[in-house]
Amino acid sequence: MSGCLRSIADVTSHFNKLNLVATKFHSLAPNKSPKLLASKPPEGASNFSSTSASQHIMKLTRMRVVDNSALGKAAQVAGKPPRVIHVYKKTGIGHTGDKVLLAIRGQKTRGYIVGCKGKRHYPMKPRFDTNNVVLVDDNGNPLGTRIKVPIGSHLRANEGDFTKLLAIATKFV
Amino acid sequence: MSLKTFSKLAAFRRFPACTTSIPCRFSNTLSKEIVEKHRKSGLNRDQEEIEEYKGPIDATREYKHVMPEFLPSSTWYFRDRLKDKLERYDMVKRRSQIDIPEFYVGSIMSVTVSDPHAPGKQNRFVGLCIQREETGLRARFTLRNVIDGQGIEIQYDMYNPTLQKIEVLKLEKRVDDDLLYLRDCPQEYSTVPFDMEPVPLAKGAPVPVYTKMIPLNPLPWERRWNIKQYKGVTIPELSKRREKRAAKYLKTLEPRKHDIMEDYRKSIPEEMEEEVYRTVHEASKKYPKATPSKLTGKGK
Repeated sequence: MSGCLRSIADVTSHFNKLNLVATKFHSLAPNKSPKLLASKPPEGASNFSSTSASQHIMKLTRMRVVDNSALGKAAQVAGKPPRVIHVYKKTGIGHTGDKVLLAIRGQKTRGYIVGCKGKRHYPMKPRFDTNNVVLVDDNGNPLGTRIKVPIGSHLRANEGDFTKLLAIATKFV
Repeated sequence: MSLKTFSKLAAFRRFPACTTSIPCRFSNTLSKEIVEKHRKSGLNRDQEEIEEYKGPIDATREYKHVMPEFLPSSTWYFRDRLKDKLERYDMVKRRSQIDIPEFYVGSIMSVTVSDPHAPGKQNRFVGLCIQREETGLRARFTLRNVIDGQGIEIQYDMYNPTLQKIEVLKLEKRVDDDLLYLRDCPQEYSTVPFDMEPVPLAKGAPVPVYTKMIPLNPLPWERRWNIKQYKGVTIPELSKRREKRAAKYLKTLEPRKHDIMEDYRKSIPEEMEEEVYRTVHEASKKYPKATPSKLTGKGK
């Protein structure tokens, strides 16, 4: 840990030095604005692009918490949505109704996927604009008391712990 | 086994089942040429006698736009005369059971589906039709709506027997063939109230076209909408690099505009269209409910 911190400190000090040089350069030649001065990323943050976004739900996919639990709300306020760190499935690719392990606010919590974008559109089943998840504790009881968005009607066929989520759902499509 | 019969058998075995040079997608189907050859050969006892139709053909043009799924697929290797014909009969039969109204991409619709898990054994969804694709019994359409700030799309198979009712609440057209870009537009443009009452259209009036331009949200998008050449959407200013990339892609499409062969493969000849809709028209006489009912006002 200390090594890591030292390296970050090194990087920041190095960056500060560079910035100092840049400010000096800027004071000498104000017409030429060095890029290093720009501490913020440019507007429309994705001006650069890497590979196209994957539509799958797998490890490190960011999810949206759609229940009214305090934990989910805190993560949303902090602007750090939870990430999937495991999908309880052989294939490793989650779909609606699957159980996942999430990293949220520095802790591990389980959750159920209740709606996803999906790579392909299955007929007669809803496709959502976001990847939605509902948080549950280790016993399978939901952390919140209400699901704020509609969920697919086909989920009502599920049995076991999933019925606890159906009880707190408000709308079905 | 004598040598003679053996050689005959060998010749039989060597007889090619599929003599076409076209890459065959499905190996278990015979090529069209072989089927045609045997259909015309004198050995065929059940030879079809197609009578030439001489009477007037009414409402063919209208059918083409109202029920485009009756036409063969625009992908040439999916076409199969016999399969298409059998599917068409099934579609007309299904249309005699359920009223599939006239609708277009941009119309507001409601669909009722039988749902074994729902309390009333029914599930109703209202939304804007954003896509209409595929032909034959595989024809399907997609409805989009925003409920509680959550964008939802449901794709329906048009000839699925679990569909109970299809209603058109507002008959309207758009300038684009599909409205998938609404996923990255402000939500107000794809929000439809569930308790919407049907908007009547005067009898015989043309279908209204929605011509307003819809603004697109800033980046990031789900797809690169700027290269799709949509007419009904305003694209915000992009970086030079993105515009350059789009221009580079669009340049690759230019030679394909002059590709006559591609046009020929995609298009369906007028004679075939007329033949298709004539048979549909005749079949729909047998099943009077099969023709789509237009959304018409009672007063005018």
